[in-house]
Amino acid sequence: MDAKVRTDTLTIAGRSFGSRLMIGTSRYPNQQVMLDAVEASGAEIVTVAVRRVSLESGGEGLFDMLAGKYWLLPNTAGCFTARDAVLTAELAREALQTDWVKLEVIGDDETLFPDVEQLLRAADELVKKGFVVLPYCNDDPITCKKLEDLGCAAVMPLAAPIGSGMGIRNPYNLRIIRHQCSVPVIVDAGVGTASDAAIALELGCDGILLNSAVAGARDPVKMARAMRLAIEAGRLAFEAGRIPRKLYATASTPIEGAIEL
Amino acid sequence: MSETRVEQTITINGARKPWSGQSVRALLVEAGIAPERGGVAVALNGAVVPRGDWDSTAVRPDDKIEIVHIVRGG
Repeated sequence: MDAKVRTDTLTIAGRSFGSRLMIGTSRYPNQQVMLDAVEASGAEIVTVAVRRVSLESGGEGLFDMLAGKYWLLPNTAGCFTARDAVLTAELAREALQTDWVKLEVIGDDETLFPDVEQLLRAADELVKKGFVVLPYCNDDPITCKKLEDLGCAAVMPLAAPIGSGMGIRNPYNLRIIRHQCSVPVIVDAGVGTASDAAIALELGCDGILLNSAVAGARDPVKMARAMRLAIEAGRLAFEAGRIPRKLYATASTPIEGAIEL
Repeated sequence: MSETRVEQTITINGARKPWSGQSVRALLVEAGIAPERGGVAVALNGAVVPRGDWDSTAVRPDDKIEIVHIVRGG
């Protein structure tokens, strides 16, 4: 990109990233498509999960494929209690040698909405244990502020339920969260297509974490590229500053010198 | 003392296995996981065993061991 219109970087816990996109590694048609899509997305932060090793088959070598190339961000997906989430984070820290964790504490299988009480408890404990905590949370300004006050390095409000692809359902709350929090605000969950990502960035959100919208697209590699461009476009638009909305027209072409009959 | 002792066991990833005084490292080898492999972690009775302690940590009967690795996630 032209140096004059370069977007600024995303900084979380003192570490700067050129891309404002964080991308998941799950549910792609196959491994090669996943690797190609992640690359096409331009993301530097890539999310992974921690699961039991199959004692029969040993298991996939995902770590070897991604380590060193991307900033691996383990999640605590599937945890329903603070206790499970904290142990999962500790296992992830040991497995990946990273203090960073995408903290998820789920309250309900059907909606995958966070259990706020358990989330706050886990966030508090993990921050005290020295983790860089990036919590998946509701688009609730009060919860986000509490998470920030506990010492979380970012807040990651959902825009719509995980995997729903419903887009930015409450732009006003996201704007309030952006105003009230000083840590980065990353929209995590709900993005369905490129314009959703652009809108989130135009609102002032600092980044996007997505998975399903790319992995489930007919062509995940193309969608990954689309997300990359949309996020760049959205950020540029935010930095440039949109014009105010007005009810009536304002001519863009000057009136002076127009012919009169 | 009866000769028919009940076999002592440990639980690895939810499955019962015979106990033989193994180290954590030996458990990994038994499970077919190269201990040098990256992206692997072990918890013993709910507490992480740091990689550096795998050799010196022996499991005891009825211990619960979780062996995890990095997989795809969102």
